[in-house]
Amino acid sequence: MQQSGHEDMSERPPGQHDALADQDDSPQTRAEEWMPDQPTGERPRAGAEPAPRRGRKRGGRRPLGLRAREARLGLGLVSPTLLIVLLVVVLPFLWTILMSFQRLRLIDLQNVFDITLTLRNFRVVLGSPQLWDMVRTTLIYSIAGTALSVGMGLATALALRKTFAGRWLIRILVLVPYVIPVVSAALVWRTLLNPQFGPVNVFGVDILGWDEPIGFLSERSHRFEVLGIGFDLPVALLSVIAFEAWKTFPLAFLFILARLQGLPKDLEEAARVDGATPLQRFRYVIMPQLAGVVALLVLLRFIWTFQNFNDVYLLTGGAAGTEVVAVQVYNYLINRSDVGGAAALGLLMSIVLVTAFAFYYRYGVLKQERDA
Amino acid sequence: MISREQVENRVLGVARVLWLAFIVLICVVPLFYMLLLSVRPLQAVLSDPLDFIPSLEELNLEAYRKVIASPSEGGYGLLSFFRNSLIVAIGSVLLTVLFSVLGAYAATRLRFPGKNTINTSFFAVYMFPGIVMAIPLFVLFSRMGLRGELGALIIIYLASTVPVCVYMLRNYFRSIPEGLEDAAMVDGCNRGKVITKIVLPLAMPSIAATSLYVFMIAWNEYLFALLFLLERRDNWTVSLGLAQLDDISVSETVLMAGSVLLTLPVIALFFVAERLLVEGLTAGAEKG
Repeated sequence: MQQSGHEDMSERPPGQHDALADQDDSPQTRAEEWMPDQPTGERPRAGAEPAPRRGRKRGGRRPLGLRAREARLGLGLVSPTLLIVLLVVVLPFLWTILMSFQRLRLIDLQNVFDITLTLRNFRVVLGSPQLWDMVRTTLIYSIAGTALSVGMGLATALALRKTFAGRWLIRILVLVPYVIPVVSAALVWRTLLNPQFGPVNVFGVDILGWDEPIGFLSERSHRFEVLGIGFDLPVALLSVIAFEAWKTFPLAFLFILARLQGLPKDLEEAARVDGATPLQRFRYVIMPQLAGVVALLVLLRFIWTFQNFNDVYLLTGGAAGTEVVAVQVYNYLINRSDVGGAAALGLLMSIVLVTAFAFYYRYGVLKQERDA
Repeated sequence: MISREQVENRVLGVARVLWLAFIVLICVVPLFYMLLLSVRPLQAVLSDPLDFIPSLEELNLEAYRKVIASPSEGGYGLLSFFRNSLIVAIGSVLLTVLFSVLGAYAATRLRFPGKNTINTSFFAVYMFPGIVMAIPLFVLFSRMGLRGELGALIIIYLASTVPVCVYMLRNYFRSIPEGLEDAAMVDGCNRGKVITKIVLPLAMPSIAATSLYVFMIAWNEYLFALLFLLERRDNWTVSLGLAQLDDISVSETVLMAGSVLLTLPVIALFFVAERLLVEGLTAGAEKG
């Protein structure tokens, strides 16, 4: 489409172009001139743009030539970006769909061009005995991680809303977990939580009087006794959730704080005058105004946590009840050399994400448009 | 008689201080512990793990020497990985900034068919699962023999950061008054000149923020480095090299020294340009 547009415009020198425009200035010709391949349904939008009118007012000097050149330049400037995204993101994804129906192993990649389609990969992936464990782990991980991350971000943003001495320093320090490399962060956490000499366990045993050190990253579940009531907690899963929340709450904090500082003061002031207490002001005045940004963050964080590979892989390697879907895709690909299986599982994973995105698009974007 | 307002104010005031103390603690302690362990001998750490204040005479940089030195000198060769990380990070920054300045300029200043569709669909790329994208790229690069090349990594980082960068720059370009450019065009500047002489100088802060963002992503990235470089040790990035050290049970002090070295460039850049980065990332958030 881009290509044919180019040719269409370069065929005619600008002068001729103008003459043509002066002869027939009907909106239809105009729209077709500068958007040669657009479906006719696009025309009203094109006509609504102010530029052609402005051009005519100035005496009709080459409005269409400018317009066409602008369109060509615009497409030219975005095309590198478009091309790279197409080549590295879109086409590979389409290829994933194909591969998920192929019987393809890493050792015999010649089979790439063998397009005998099969449902074998989906049978393997969906028939796996760990499937439901993985689904449950992934959902708990991403829902709890999202809630904790956004919740901590919200609390921190509210706490840092008013200015006080040293606030700038706290603001910077809070961002540290977000900017440091995930490998460093994971290594420090592993050292801190080490059962033998990690300060957390030493502190727990020596000072809090735990009976034994807890394998925060290696125990599937640990029995705790509080006031004589015993209960089991999935410690490894909780630890990776805590890590995820710790690593990402700064982003939620940044966005919520930016929104908080953009809020008009008068509404809150009016509520205060009317006798609303701080909690009531938060509940009825501030929170409704933050709903948009919080909803957006919840969705973004859910999507990112759901597909997160690094954190879990680096902390536990997917052991001890922390095998989330991204780690399992990696295992299919690398450890089992089963490209088809990895593609099938990756595709199923993407479907969940696309659903989440569609949900946001349907309710989030429309809502913002209505508010605007 | 105290009012409900006063009670809430007092309780919330205390909660606020406690919460901030907790937050600062969890943000600072890991970094501090990393630094502490990297300059203490392992014996001292093992004998008293809760001693957070090292004595001056026991401080030493042995762990750093060991993690940096090349394998032939009995070290772990992290230094050579820095070159790779720098090539990847700087290469990604240059390409991404070039692509995204052009794209963002087009998206704010020019009208062209399909513009809105492109703007929206860029957003979708942002949330594409990296691991899913990795499967076909892994197969493709394996077949083309590109696996193990730093260039392959640069292309992937470019593709995964350029949509966000276009978005960040677009918000900034919008705030530059168009009148200036119109005036220059009337005076006979062409588009190329307008971009290089007017838009770029004015957009420098946002370009710096974007560069910083890309640098951090490329420097910190782990999954693609693991997938594509694992078999080529001489091309490992620092992140990958350090994570691989963890697998061969290297002493904790050496690991922490490596972590400090990996973290230092990012933290330094971040402290220099914190304001820029924060403004770049949250541009538009004020409006909701």
